[in-house]
Amino acid sequence: MTTVEDAQSVVRPPARRASLLERPKTTTGWFSWITTVDHKKIAILYGGLSLVFFLVGGIEALFIRLQLAQPDGTVLTAARYNEFFTMHGTTMVFLVGMPMAAAFGNYLVPLMIGARDVAFPRINMLGFWIFAFGGLFIYSSFALGGAPDAGWFGYAPLSSTPMNLGYLPGRGPDFWTVGLIMLGIGSVATAVNFLVTIINMRAPGMSFMRMPVFVWMMLVIAFLTLFAMPPITSALIMVFMDRNFQTNFFNAAAGGDPLMYQHLFWIFGHPEVYILILPGMGIVSEILPVFSRKPLFGYAIVVFSGIAIGFLGWGVWAHHMFASGLGPVAVSAFGLTTMLIAIPTGVKIFNWLGTVWGGAVRLAAPMLFALGFIAQFTIGGLSGVMHSIVPSDTQQTDTYFVVAHFHYVLFGGLIFAIFGGFYYWWPKVFGHMLNDRMGKINFWLLVVGFNLTFFPMHFLGFEGQPRRTYTYPEGMGWDFLNLLATIGSFVIALAVLVFLVNVVFSAKRRVPAGADPWDGRTLEWTTSSPPPEYNFAEIPIVTHRDELWHRKYTEDDEGRLVRLPSGAATEAPEAPADPHGIHLPSPSYWPLVFSAGLPVMGYGFVFKNWWLLAVGITLALFGLNGWAFEPSTAPDAHADGGSHS
Amino acid sequence: MSAIVAAGGGEVAHHEIPDPGHDTNTGVSHAKLAMWLFLSSESLFFGAFITTYFLYRGRDTQYLKGPTPSEFFNIPFTSVTSFILLMSSLSMVLALAAIQRGDHRRLRIWLLATCMFGIIFISGQVYEFTEFYREGLQLSTNMFGTTFYVLTGLHGAHVTIGIIWLLILWGRSMQDRLPTERYESVEIAGLYWHFVDIVWIFIFTAIYLIPATK
Repeated sequence: MTTVEDAQSVVRPPARRASLLERPKTTTGWFSWITTVDHKKIAILYGGLSLVFFLVGGIEALFIRLQLAQPDGTVLTAARYNEFFTMHGTTMVFLVGMPMAAAFGNYLVPLMIGARDVAFPRINMLGFWIFAFGGLFIYSSFALGGAPDAGWFGYAPLSSTPMNLGYLPGRGPDFWTVGLIMLGIGSVATAVNFLVTIINMRAPGMSFMRMPVFVWMMLVIAFLTLFAMPPITSALIMVFMDRNFQTNFFNAAAGGDPLMYQHLFWIFGHPEVYILILPGMGIVSEILPVFSRKPLFGYAIVVFSGIAIGFLGWGVWAHHMFASGLGPVAVSAFGLTTMLIAIPTGVKIFNWLGTVWGGAVRLAAPMLFALGFIAQFTIGGLSGVMHSIVPSDTQQTDTYFVVAHFHYVLFGGLIFAIFGGFYYWWPKVFGHMLNDRMGKINFWLLVVGFNLTFFPMHFLGFEGQPRRTYTYPEGMGWDFLNLLATIGSFVIALAVLVFLVNVVFSAKRRVPAGADPWDGRTLEWTTSSPPPEYNFAEIPIVTHRDELWHRKYTEDDEGRLVRLPSGAATEAPEAPADPHGIHLPSPSYWPLVFSAGLPVMGYGFVFKNWWLLAVGITLALFGLNGWAFEPSTAPDAHADGGSHS
Repeated sequence: MSAIVAAGGGEVAHHEIPDPGHDTNTGVSHAKLAMWLFLSSESLFFGAFITTYFLYRGRDTQYLKGPTPSEFFNIPFTSVTSFILLMSSLSMVLALAAIQRGDHRRLRIWLLATCMFGIIFISGQVYEFTEFYREGLQLSTNMFGTTFYVLTGLHGAHVTIGIIWLLILWGRSMQDRLPTERYESVEIAGLYWHFVDIVWIFIFTAIYLIPATK
């Protein structure tokens, strides 16, 4: 066996001819970021790019709020407003929420289950490249004939009517459908990768019921992604065919059924909501026990509630369609299932409260964000239950009440969890702490800004202000609350700015973190900060849930915590006894080559340029062919029994 | 458990043909597990299109636009090409059995045979499409044209990808770069190939065998 360094300098086996793209050798320097297959580097790429898209989507939101700050706003034209609210939603769901989960999952899942990498390091990188190219592809529409403007849900027949009929004259919907199909391919690949990693690569003793809750939630959302992406992909293909090849899938005049689109979209769309929020729940379930110095209250029931949410999430999609006239039986059934899903969600909230109850609580920045998550997610959850009551929902449909509801869940919930996760794992990823005082300022500004923006929207909704309408006349009684919301949105912007300043400031100060700065409980804190490329010098052997805690603490006769004398677990591990024993996958160009073919194919489809399409297909095939028989670890002399990723 | 020992970084014993799943928690290799998961996702993809086909079936009677399916179908012809596609699953199994025995000559024969069967099926589909088109069935003609071309076309695209995949395997085998230890590469391509065949059984039944209401 050879080390990584040896592996890269060894001459290729004689059977292998020099190819056009010689295998990349470097694992350091900026170039290594292009070819890396290290799950930790890929996670940082995912996180960084999602953060950029978060800022872009946020700027779009600020423009929306400026436009609505007062009646008869003139900041944006109606067409530009449509593009901005469509791209705000599309960005936050597909280019922030999902890739941010991939960022956390990529970094943490292998570390938490005691593995050295994911099952398919190159597919992992492929997922990132598809996300990057897909996001840039959709955004390139601003320069290439009009951005998507049919809403993030892209309802047919508005989105599917051919361009020459003039309802949506730009190429926006084409960029939207092709771009989302592309992102869907990447999401499924990433989901398969997470599933195989979690099912197949747990360290000895890491049984399913010893896995950290975050890993459990990644497992659940990987299943949801696996089964939610195909329905939307098929719906998007139909929309694209309708718009460009005169099919009739959603053309009512020829017998097509626009409602079919809504079903296919929301069969994806509702599980998607849980794909977005469950990682946030996982993050919070990791933070709360550490900062309360207590184990998670009712671990098993939290896990099973997460699974139950995953299952029930498939049976509630039509509550997005109560206003479309499904008939009383269907509507009652979906109303009931929607009420039912509140039970496992409520169970989780009480378990989190039970975790904090009576704990030795430390109110550091990650804990504040986690507590903010619980409070605000509960508000969003309760307004969600209001939507399960059909007559009430019919009243609220397409008003700002709905906007308030899902921002409480996804911003007040998910975004707060993500920021908490940043503050919690930043020391592990970059080796230095984020400044806690600035973190607290960040938190309180975000709480004030968030609630100032979205709480008034509940009332605006009750007073009948419709969503997705670019302006409103004077004298509707909406002026003051809209102004309040706009002011709040700029407080949010300020909070995000404080975070960015904190990142730069803390990187300059570099307060070293040590392996275990928070007195953590899970395996990622047993290795140094940042972890070595191989994660663990020796694969850990797991004997408990909260393994690290049990290595550090025991209980005396009265049940009080006693620190074990050695404390070895908190120190950086020694170098591996035999570094020659560690096999790591080698960097590769092929994921980049393959995924670079996809946007080329995409432009070919959007502009119906078959030459461009052929070039894209050739590029993708060239990438696949090179990939298929490149061994995951170079050279392939031994110990790699045909892993085929 | 041997899986635990192996995952702990232990040296892998050298078998004649190593088991690709030796160092995983489940005993199923990563690649095979991934393919099964991917196929489960694909099932929903085809499921959505087959559902759409059934939902829109017979709607043309309501709107009386253009011809009905029965005016086009040449069921004996399509049955023959379908039979050939199903037989390709047999040759696929024989290819896998050959590489597991270390018989690389027969591996290449059966891989090529599978490709040929697939190509015959695709040629039949191309013939069928052009024939229907000439007789006046276009994507835009009616709901049947829309759903038929898109559903069978997507299936055809899957078969084409399978053919390219098998040809790559065949080419690598010709270069002696598909040794016996890598038999799982053939097995996983086979899983995909069988899946595409099984999907065709459903599509063939749905479109050709279940008579439309009119």
